[in-house]
Amino acid sequence: MYEFTHHAATSVADAVGALGEGKFLAGGQTLLPTMKQRLAMPGHLVDLGKVAELRGVEEKGDVLVVKAMTRHVEVATSALVARAVPGLEKLAGMIGDPAVRNRGTIGGSIANNDPTADYPAACLALKATIVTNTRRISADDYFTGLFSTALEDGELITAVEFPKAKLHYAKFPNPASRYAMVGVAIVKGADGVRVAVTGSGGDGVFRWSEAEAKLKADFSAGALEGMKADAAGMMSDIHGSAEYRAHLVGVMARRALSES
Amino acid sequence: MTATGIGAPVRRKEDFRFVTGRGRYVDDINRPGQAYAFFVRSPHAHANIRGIDASAALAHPGVLSVLTGDDIAADKVGGLICGWAIFNKDGSPMRAGPHPALAQGKVRYVGDHVAVVIAETLAAARDGAEKVAVDYEVLPAAADIAAARKSGAPQIHEAAPNNAVFDWHLGDKAATDAAFARARHVTKLEIVNNRLAPNPMEPRAAVGEYDFGSDSFTLYTTSQNPHVARLVLSAFIGIAPEHKLRVVAPDVGGGFGSKIFIYAEETVCVWASRKVGRPVKWTCDRTEAFLCDAHGRDHVTHAELAIGDNNRIIGLRVHTDANLGAYLSTFASSVPTYLYAPLLSGQYDIPAIYAQVDAWYTNTAPVDAYRGAGRPEATFVVERLVEVAARELRMDPAEFRRANFVRTFPHQTPVIMAYDAGDYEASLKKAQEMHDVKGFGARKAASAAKGKLRGLGYSAYIEACGIAPSAAVGSLGAGVGLWESAEVRVNPIGTVEILTGSHSHGQGHETTFAQLVSDRLGIPIDNVSIVHGDTDKVQMGMGTYGSRSGAVGMSAIYKALDKIEAKAKKVAAHVLEASETDIEFKDGKFTVKGTDKAADFGTIALNAYIAHKFSGQELEPGLKESAFWDPTNFTFPAGVHICEVEFDPADGVVRIDRWTAVDDFGKVINPLIVEGQVHGGIAQGVGQALYEGAVYDEAGQLVTASYMDYCMPRADNLPSYNVGMTVTPCPSNPLGIKGCGEAGAIAAPPAVINAITDALGHENISMPATPEKVWRAAQGVVPRQAAE
Ligand SMILES: Cc1cc2nc3c(=O)[nH]c(=O)nc-3n(C[C@H](O)[C@H](O)[C@H](O)COP(=O)(O)OP(=O)(O)OC[C@H]3O[C@@H](n4cnc5c(N)ncnc54)[C@H](O)[C@@H]3O)c2cc1C
Repeated sequence: MYEFTHHAATSVADAVGALGEGKFLAGGQTLLPTMKQRLAMPGHLVDLGKVAELRGVEEKGDVLVVKAMTRHVEVATSALVARAVPGLEKLAGMIGDPAVRNRGTIGGSIANNDPTADYPAACLALKATIVTNTRRISADDYFTGLFSTALEDGELITAVEFPKAKLHYAKFPNPASRYAMVGVAIVKGADGVRVAVTGSGGDGVFRWSEAEAKLKADFSAGALEGMKADAAGMMSDIHGSAEYRAHLVGVMARRALSES
Repeated sequence: MTATGIGAPVRRKEDFRFVTGRGRYVDDINRPGQAYAFFVRSPHAHANIRGIDASAALAHPGVLSVLTGDDIAADKVGGLICGWAIFNKDGSPMRAGPHPALAQGKVRYVGDHVAVVIAETLAAARDGAEKVAVDYEVLPAAADIAAARKSGAPQIHEAAPNNAVFDWHLGDKAATDAAFARARHVTKLEIVNNRLAPNPMEPRAAVGEYDFGSDSFTLYTTSQNPHVARLVLSAFIGIAPEHKLRVVAPDVGGGFGSKIFIYAEETVCVWASRKVGRPVKWTCDRTEAFLCDAHGRDHVTHAELAIGDNNRIIGLRVHTDANLGAYLSTFASSVPTYLYAPLLSGQYDIPAIYAQVDAWYTNTAPVDAYRGAGRPEATFVVERLVEVAARELRMDPAEFRRANFVRTFPHQTPVIMAYDAGDYEASLKKAQEMHDVKGFGARKAASAAKGKLRGLGYSAYIEACGIAPSAAVGSLGAGVGLWESAEVRVNPIGTVEILTGSHSHGQGHETTFAQLVSDRLGIPIDNVSIVHGDTDKVQMGMGTYGSRSGAVGMSAIYKALDKIEAKAKKVAAHVLEASETDIEFKDGKFTVKGTDKAADFGTIALNAYIAHKFSGQELEPGLKESAFWDPTNFTFPAGVHICEVEFDPADGVVRIDRWTAVDDFGKVINPLIVEGQVHGGIAQGVGQALYEGAVYDEAGQLVTASYMDYCMPRADNLPSYNVGMTVTPCPSNPLGIKGCGEAGAIAAPPAVINAITDALGHENISMPATPEKVWRAAQGVVPRQAAE
């Protein structure tokens, strides 16, 4: 780790004002390991840990608001989440291990947009709104590629708003890292059927339109029988080839509907 | 059996310290004035070093020194050694290149040690290392055996043309070829034994310290064998003569073989401590461990089994190519040769065996012993071959094994080993019962009804432990003898300290060794302490590996206890005013035959030291004895493991549904610890079979350099094990012990693969059997009920 200065922010305004050339620190589950390995070298950290207005889960009309610093364990164990967006609590409970869930936050996960993270699939399938200190961004416009998002420099995520709906999610964990090798999130909501796939896309989370078309006619696992995603553009590594991942997208989509 | 004696399931004495964070590991040791080392490592698999410019690093605040290969050469510090000489088929010695502790003109794998930066803090050392400018001329790399043996392959060491280290063989080729010529059936297999990274929980660490007053060094290091480390650092590397070099290996958090070896970093820390005049500490991080700890396995084998009349095996023939990495690590050459081929007879009576082994340099980390060392590779060959042969002959795999078991002992195999005792049938029978093999058909049908495939696989392994008779290994090329030493110090109040040359790094010696003493002297286990891991305390020892600490280390203690008893009886004779021949010792009490005169062990110990009751000229005061035990044979633990798997052909994720292990470890000192060793061994074997693989890309970059890509088995990957035992006491040591530390890792991989291939109905799968491989292999395989 290189030397850095640390500022414990007290409010959103304080955090944004104090950022300068620095970086926000949320749960630190991604940022700190990369700093230790000297892959990231911010000279200044603005710690969001003490910003009360960034914590908590609430209901606002027909949306569930999960504030940015809400930790995965809080989402996983929230009765409110389980009632408002059933399935989202299960997804949060599948992230990493207890130590990671006790520190990692939804804001950090969404800001980082790891192509194998779980939350991006939920955001895209539910058509969540990413709320920042300056604007509201639809999930459709937010995820722009591998580790890249629509966030401007210095922009702070304050919350994620999920329309209330049931989330069907099935995850095939990478055997080594246990991040998603394939994660498929399926929602039948106000916007029709949306199928979002994480873990396998070469450009990060994406929507699987062929499956959406089938499910519009028949919202069941059976409607997806024999389907697999297009292997072109899939990630490929020692854990799974593009072809295997494309196949697993079909398997996980069917499991999402039959098992959750 | 007493509550703390031999055979009692005593909870480990050392665990309180470990689980409450009170262990003392090398990284816990901080010496006054200590500085920190960080190594500049090669980012290239193969390159010439044109120059090293350390000026910017030296100018960095806190940096004390930057040392390179030139400095270590100037100080005449020798290179790292390989301590086992192997000879080619034509009798010429193996072709070994130099192995400098800091690279001299050339780097040969990613992670190779180029320079060391020593600084006031670790952060400053790392900063400095980033500022060392190394001018590399990058060369083409050979990252695997296939690339290394190709004509025109990059030449890794001048001493080894075509990267060939040795071509070695064992067995009678003509007799074996003749057996194949008359065989009724021949089974052939191509086998890859995947490369593994050892991953002990505690990474390696070292603190080197030089004392100017006494002109002597101390090295605190994560070693499985501190005395061997001292011997090598002193006699071969030339750091200092033995009496000027103390090596301490305190609590060590696992080794699995990887901490046997004498590495560059430890060598550099102790050498540099005099150079910079400060204690020098280095602690490996996990990525460095992946890059630089000696890896294990990495064999490619063509194996054949010849079967004659009555389904009897009449011959076995293997050709193995072994990847030894970029340099020969301390015992690298012994692993694919004498620790491998002599085990190719398995549990079977095979009249003719021939093994040819070719070893290669590649631009990868050195490869050396890893839990089982050679024996897992041999067992995988044998147990895959017999399983496949049985299937080809349409025989029950258990029956085929039964038809070929060795049944009389001693049994001389055609490949060196003379099995001294065993009952393979007993283990197989017990394992089949415990596993409910009979119920397998119903379980398979139930799986099929859910669209899942189910398979059952056996592994009837044997291994050679308790290494080993010194004269025998000497004749095979070992540079050292493999006895063990012990010293028993009885204190005046009757408490006992055992000094042992064995080293505990997870095995529980503080408990089992104390059980032996408690049992033998009839004293409470808490009155016994075990001293190990310090060359200033224990005179000499050979360390812990090859499941040798029970069979060899405890036998040395046993021998020393014999001497203690004999001496104590002399003292007792004076104290009890009786003739020495009338003194009896039992349950901690000395008695005089035919009388009620008695004295307890503590009384006799005290009298040995106060020496009031006898003349010091007649009998030396004190009660302290030592012994060296040199075994008469290897020991041969053996057993049967049965693995049953289930998987969905849709995703290929293998779930182990049940596991039965029946092992014959000879006499068991502590069943709790033995069972723990079995559990851990199986976990590592399952890791090899399903999850682990150290993978280099073509350029020689390690793809699996962190846990994001190197897949370790986790608790939820493993079933609850069904562990049972059979016992045939080992006749080759006084305790009847065979050893248990590696059995699980040896037995498990073929059991898993045999189960998967049973489910698939074909043999086309390699380790690790990842979900994708299993999915591909399962295409077109329809779940159905068992054949009968
Ligand atoms: C061992 C391990 C296993 C894991 N497994 C999984 C898994 O299975 N699935 C999964 O989805 N994830 C997994 N993760 C990731 C983890 O769950 C976190 O979501 C992730 O590390 C980021 O969250 P964080 O709160 O730790 O963010 P940090 O690491 O603190 O920050 C990450 C990045 O986001 C920025 N940032 C943080 N908060 C904000 C904000 N409010 N506004 C703008 N920018 C912000 C930071 O500046 C930084 O660049 C795993 C992590 C580890 C260490």
